[in-house]
Amino acid sequence: MAHRLSHLDTLASEAIHIIREVVAEFERPALLFSGGKDSAVLLHLAVKACWPQRVPFPIVHVDTGHNFPEVLEYRDQQVAELGVRLVVGSVQEDIDRGSIVEQPVPGATRNRLQTFTLLRVLEENRYDAVFGGGRRDEEKARAKERVFSLRDEFGQWDPRAQRPELWDLYNTRHQPGEHFRVFPLSNWTELDIWQYVDEQNLALPAIYFAHKRAVFRRSGMLLAVGPWTQPRDGVASEQAFETTVRYRTVGDMTCTAAVESTASTPFEIILETAVTRVSERGATRADDRFSDAAMEDRKREGYF
Amino acid sequence: MELLRFATGGSVDDGKSTLIGRLLYDSKQIFQDQLEAVQRTSVARGDEYVNLALLTDGLRAEREQGITIDVAYRYFSTPKRRFIIADTPGHTQHTRNMVTGCSTADLVLLLIDARAGATEQTRRHAMIASLLGIRHLVLCVNKMDLVGYSKERFEEIRDDFIGFSERLQVYDLTCIPISALAGDNVVDRSSEMPWYGGLSLLDHLETVHIASDRNLIDLRFPVQLVIRPISNEHHDFRGYAGNIASGVLEVGDEVVALPSGFSSHVVSIDGPDGPLQEAFPPESVVVRLEDDLDISRGDMLCRPNNRPNVGQDVSAMICWMAERPLRAGSTFAIKQTTRWARALVRSLQYRLDVNALHHDSRASELELNDIGRIHLRTTAPLFYDEYRDNRETGSFVLVDEQTNATVAAGMLRRPTG
Repeated sequence: MAHRLSHLDTLASEAIHIIREVVAEFERPALLFSGGKDSAVLLHLAVKACWPQRVPFPIVHVDTGHNFPEVLEYRDQQVAELGVRLVVGSVQEDIDRGSIVEQPVPGATRNRLQTFTLLRVLEENRYDAVFGGGRRDEEKARAKERVFSLRDEFGQWDPRAQRPELWDLYNTRHQPGEHFRVFPLSNWTELDIWQYVDEQNLALPAIYFAHKRAVFRRSGMLLAVGPWTQPRDGVASEQAFETTVRYRTVGDMTCTAAVESTASTPFEIILETAVTRVSERGATRADDRFSDAAMEDRKREGYF
Repeated sequence: MELLRFATGGSVDDGKSTLIGRLLYDSKQIFQDQLEAVQRTSVARGDEYVNLALLTDGLRAEREQGITIDVAYRYFSTPKRRFIIADTPGHTQHTRNMVTGCSTADLVLLLIDARAGATEQTRRHAMIASLLGIRHLVLCVNKMDLVGYSKERFEEIRDDFIGFSERLQVYDLTCIPISALAGDNVVDRSSEMPWYGGLSLLDHLETVHIASDRNLIDLRFPVQLVIRPISNEHHDFRGYAGNIASGVLEVGDEVVALPSGFSSHVVSIDGPDGPLQEAFPPESVVVRLEDDLDISRGDMLCRPNNRPNVGQDVSAMICWMAERPLRAGSTFAIKQTTRWARALVRSLQYRLDVNALHHDSRASELELNDIGRIHLRTTAPLFYDEYRDNRETGSFVLVDEQTNATVAAGMLRRPTG
């Protein structure tokens, strides 16, 4: 018998190793869970890393208040099934308290505001290591991020002062007040995620698969007609129409766009992903379109 | 599908980022929107052609200065293999990035500008690849279009490099004449160089034999985590979680636990997807033993008649990565496999002059990016093998106890009596 692991098994073993390093060396880990496919795969791997124990750390959801209902449903069902503890950080509550101020336009994105809520939740709970589902293939600034990424006491990332990361010998030492963001899926691509979802038969929120939805076009993207995004009156290019779409990423409803697709299973999505010519963030995330360095700037501030 | 990890090296303007941009673009891994963003930026900067390097230079400072600062990881796949590239910057002061990139690589791809030939930096990177135990070296003589696709020039550079590499431990060297900018011999064989009879770079990367690079002989299982669920369902469960560092572990095998020296038999092995009959590197598993031994994180399972070296006085090659120089007498935290300890630098044997490959034994310190041989005394015994035989159990990092910075990458040597 050949002693070879497939590339997916290799990536899964690497991710499990990283998760176990955190469990072994940190006091208060947590897992950031958006309900998206990357965090779903991450949670699934955390279950495997801790088996047969239950996942001993909580999952944290930063709730922008602009959620897809299917995603909240999925989150609650995962929490019940796995018996993990859920901690919710509500952006709405921070707005109500006056801690952050929303832009006074209808449908303003809360994407940037959620960094405040995230950092507040991390600090209140004194988490010293927070897992994220970030992948290096997503965006250029992410391509340079370490698996164990140190954040200062303000949650900031300094890309020019990163520690060298050698072999699989992760340096977890930190000062009080500092914490690590840990990315076990660093080396996965979008295609790997879908292949793993397919292979492991993982459940995902329904919006990932083709469904009928009322949408309109804005800046070349398909946005859902919903409580926070509406076609603007008098803008001819923003005609609402119904079509078959799916989502490639899950984020705040105001800045996450759909793609036209009839793929209704992970396997059909793999076929589509293998031939697609537009990156998932390019196709569907209005938040990365501000500038070449949009992601880098948000990451410096403490965004995931 | 098999995974191949490779690192790139070479001097500042040898065209690494362009080559990677070319590999990604020609293998259709670059998405339309990413290419359009690069086209827009190229036009805005007044570049004459689309600058594929912009695909990989991700940080603002890098794009502004037109240089690569940090190791960038890029991903692509072909129907034959899945690839991870560690793209390392060519600046002399960033040698630590080359060490970082090589530490997880199966293969190193070195670029040389056909006009300039091998530089100090090329040789330094080849030396680092050899030191880091890289088995496969690919020398890409780039910018062949600028030397008229000259066979003589290619052979001159190749022979010069072969002469240099004879003094290194390079097991497998392949030289390919390419033009990253024009795409010659990158994905497809070039019609400009009919005199070249070898494979294109991508064909080589797809077929180079890496399966034998792993150590499947010496069983080493560093215990990462002891799993003891507090639940009625798993009342007596006691499992040892970790990755197989080397060798093959089978259910029923007799194993010895270090440091205790007690032995037992493997009752079960559970992988990520369920029970296994046997496990091999780099699989993450949970191992259960017949007897209740006192085993904790940092301990190691091996075979009774094939054990690692055990010792507190060790000798190693290190690459120094901090601004503050290393001197004998300093103490650090050391991490090796899943074990932390403290280490005192007892002596600096020599500093390696990477250009002349000469041992400077009069050196009293190692500066940033220096490579040298040291002796360490650790507070707890290390279970280790020589790095050449076993990357997993032969590597370590040193951490500054005040700043917590990672200050050295180390490769252990055989004990010297």
